[in-house]
Amino acid sequence: MIMGPLARALDDRLRLSPITRRALAKIFPDHWSFMLGEIALYSFIALILTGVYLTFFFDASSADRVYQGSYAPLDGATTSAAYASTVRLSWDVRAGLLIRQTHHWAALAFVAAIVLHLSRIYFTGAFRKPRELNWLIGVTMLALALANGFTGYSMPDDLLSGLGLRIITSVVESIPLVGTWLAALALGGEFPSDEMIPRIFITHVLLVPAILVALISLHLGILVRQKHSQFPGPGRTEHNVVGSRFWPGYTLRTLALFAWVLAVLFALGGLVQINPVWLYGPFAPAESSSPAQPDWYVAWGDGALRLFPPWEFRIGGYLVPAPFFPGVVLGGLSFVALYLWPFIERWCTRDRRPHQLLDRPRNHPVRVGIGVGALTFYVVLVVAAGDDILARLLRVPVYDLLALFRVLVLVLPIVTGVLAFLIARALCRGEAASLGELTRADLRRGARPAPRRPTGEDEPEVPVRHRPGERIELWPQGEVWRWRYRNEAGQLTLTNNRAVTSEEEAVETARLAYPGVDRVVVPGPPPPPARALRVALRRWGRATAAGSLLVAALLGRRRERRRRRDGEDEPPPPEQADAISGGGDPT
Amino acid sequence: MSGQTPSKSERAASRRIAVAFLVSAAGAVGFAVTYGLNGGTQWEGVCLAVAFAGLAVGLAVWSRRLVPVGGYVEEHEGFVPPPAEQAMTAAVFRAPESPTRRWGLLAALGFALTALGVAALFPLRSLLPWDRQRPTRSLKDTPWGPGIRLVDDQGRPLRPDDVPADTMVAVFPEGSIDVGDAPAFAVRLNPERFIRQPAGGHLGGLVVWSLLCTHAGCPVRLYLKGAGRVLCPCHQSSFDLLAGARPIAGPAARPLPGLPIEVGPDGFLRATGDFTAPPGAGFWSRP
Ligand code: HEM
Ligand code: FES
Repeated sequence: MIMGPLARALDDRLRLSPITRRALAKIFPDHWSFMLGEIALYSFIALILTGVYLTFFFDASSADRVYQGSYAPLDGATTSAAYASTVRLSWDVRAGLLIRQTHHWAALAFVAAIVLHLSRIYFTGAFRKPRELNWLIGVTMLALALANGFTGYSMPDDLLSGLGLRIITSVVESIPLVGTWLAALALGGEFPSDEMIPRIFITHVLLVPAILVALISLHLGILVRQKHSQFPGPGRTEHNVVGSRFWPGYTLRTLALFAWVLAVLFALGGLVQINPVWLYGPFAPAESSSPAQPDWYVAWGDGALRLFPPWEFRIGGYLVPAPFFPGVVLGGLSFVALYLWPFIERWCTRDRRPHQLLDRPRNHPVRVGIGVGALTFYVVLVVAAGDDILARLLRVPVYDLLALFRVLVLVLPIVTGVLAFLIARALCRGEAASLGELTRADLRRGARPAPRRPTGEDEPEVPVRHRPGERIELWPQGEVWRWRYRNEAGQLTLTNNRAVTSEEEAVETARLAYPGVDRVVVPGPPPPPARALRVALRRWGRATAAGSLLVAALLGRRRERRRRRDGEDEPPPPEQADAISGGGDPT
Repeated sequence: MSGQTPSKSERAASRRIAVAFLVSAAGAVGFAVTYGLNGGTQWEGVCLAVAFAGLAVGLAVWSRRLVPVGGYVEEHEGFVPPPAEQAMTAAVFRAPESPTRRWGLLAALGFALTALGVAALFPLRSLLPWDRQRPTRSLKDTPWGPGIRLVDDQGRPLRPDDVPADTMVAVFPEGSIDVGDAPAFAVRLNPERFIRQPAGGHLGGLVVWSLLCTHAGCPVRLYLKGAGRVLCPCHQSSFDLLAGARPIAGPAARPLPGLPIEVGPDGFLRATGDFTAPPGAGFWSRP
């Protein structure tokens, strides 16, 4: 390997191997819901890659420019440089439209992944001690993602983006006392100012992404330091993490996910049109388009602006206009509630212990009820942002729909919240393993008032002496020591994630992971079942006969096999296995 | 495993992985060719998607079939540091020479840093429009004023006859077509149907109102013929022009401001003053 000497040279100077070995052995729990955050990460990387490409062609200026290019309806038209360059990027720069649309789809996917990730953290209680800090960082990143999506949407200076910007400016101006100053501070003048687009641009491509990169690093750093949480299960305790090692299993899997994300985003970017600004036309202060809908992640704000009644009032002669409540107050309260949730819950449940084991959502019916109710509220708002389109599709008057939504937004969250609460309780008390298996008896049991169990108490861990058949096996492997956890009853074997240098260290780590479980020294892992030579020969024969396998395939497989051989625990040679006999745990 | 021939399933998996990577490479080549031939956005997207999907399938099969999934455990130390560690760390900060013991100096340092922080806020002022008016003033004032002629979106001055019955014509102050808060619209209505007089008055049924919705400032560009109503496409506020442009549905709370107009000596329409109220969305110090 060429890498060998280089790696050794680096290691000699930086002493990397201990850190690297531990890092490569980091355990990732095997549950799909742990992949949501990664989808967000990979969408963000896609955003940076495509976004940097866009900056080479996008001209962030509101100065007049004549568009000349292959989009005939606008050829020769004078528009802002931002708009003209976006149309040029879409029509005249090769692959420009692909990258631009992929950027936009990636933005939608990014926010969606963050919201799903956040929901998973919420419903499983992963935000509890010691992970509150990462919850706060996560909520901040959600806010920044929304902000960057909005600024991105506003940059091309087309009619829709201009309308959106005008609305958000009005919302900012509605803030009592300081609103008009804040808006002027942001825009450098009255809407639409010439400074607007350059400022939005620098916010979009530098400020917010830089903060996001810093926060993502912090988020992941804390994650590594605190290690993953995990769902309860056999062999899983508050003192260990069970799953796949980072190298090689998880590395391959997460790279596969990265490639999936890129594949889906480029497929969308190539095949599904999004934000065709050339159809909307350039922004003009006296024009508006109908229908006018924002991207989905700001639609809840738009829906709230539509539903909130025309209430405004004066304080000492000063006006508090209607958009203040759905725009500023609702948005502000939403984020304050998100930020405070871990602390609110801790205050309600008086649960101050650290948690490495996650809750199954059903075990916290109140949390589930509140979460489902809140999600319903925002979903109704998002749907309400399309009330004009719905009205046109359903052929009903838009104001009837508006009235309906005004009721729904208040009633539906309560209905779904209570339902979710009852279902969670039915699942929690009954025997059903999943929603589909719920019986009527379970539901009835769920509806009955609770036999008061102190909330926030987890099921206490079963003491070791009541869990027979568990043991830790340690064995030397050449110079180093390994151990594994065996559970005869559950037919479960979990190997420790890395080799350690001494028996003491092996005992120490095993004791940390499984306090109180007995330890024995064994000869080594069972040898893999031997294969009949004949079978193997026949297989080789067939492979050779199939011969047409391509060179690349063969090479890849050979290399793969070698890596596997090097990385795997080799079974000890027979003489070694004979030499060591099982013995009791010295400690 | 070492010294053993790969199992049948392992070899089948290897084959699938290799094929997937080949498909990926084909996708990449396809992308390059499509780009070279200017084959269009769709094909570029499909090729790149195939390239990445091939990678994804290959890596995913690899991770599932050729390396162990799960089956490992790592100890978790917990996060309560041993009391001795905690005490030793705290002792470092409490040592006699430790700066944290000099309260007086710390207070002075804090004062200096606060002053520096506040001073650093001053340059933010430059983000405001420096030599122009206070923001609230500029929101209240528009380019309209006595004698300003009404022009259409091409800058042509308008005569009363240029506004046909029952349509909406966007009008602008002459010389300031692009100013954000200036756009207005003229309509010709039957004065006998007025339930309430327009705030800015009318010229034989010809009325001019601000075009900006009083909810959040979108132009109210949808005119409902016959009904004498305008609708805002942003959040569906509608305004009854026959009742002084009062909001009758949706989230807007205030009527559209009117523009007082007259016919000048040259026969063209002109304003006799600014809007009857600041146009567009509300704000704190809006009269
Ligand atoms: C949090 C991450 C980001 C989000 C959510 C985001 C979102 C968006 C959105 C929604 C658009 C409008 C696209 C359209 O025209 O349809 C956009 C445009 C743009 N973004 Fe981003 N973006 C992000 C990061 C970046 C980064 C890191 C860069 C560059 C370094 C960048 C550069 C651009 C450029 C130049 C445009 C204008 C392209 C155009 O439409 O003409 N973005 N962004
Ligand atoms: S801006 Fe007109 S209804 Fe909101």
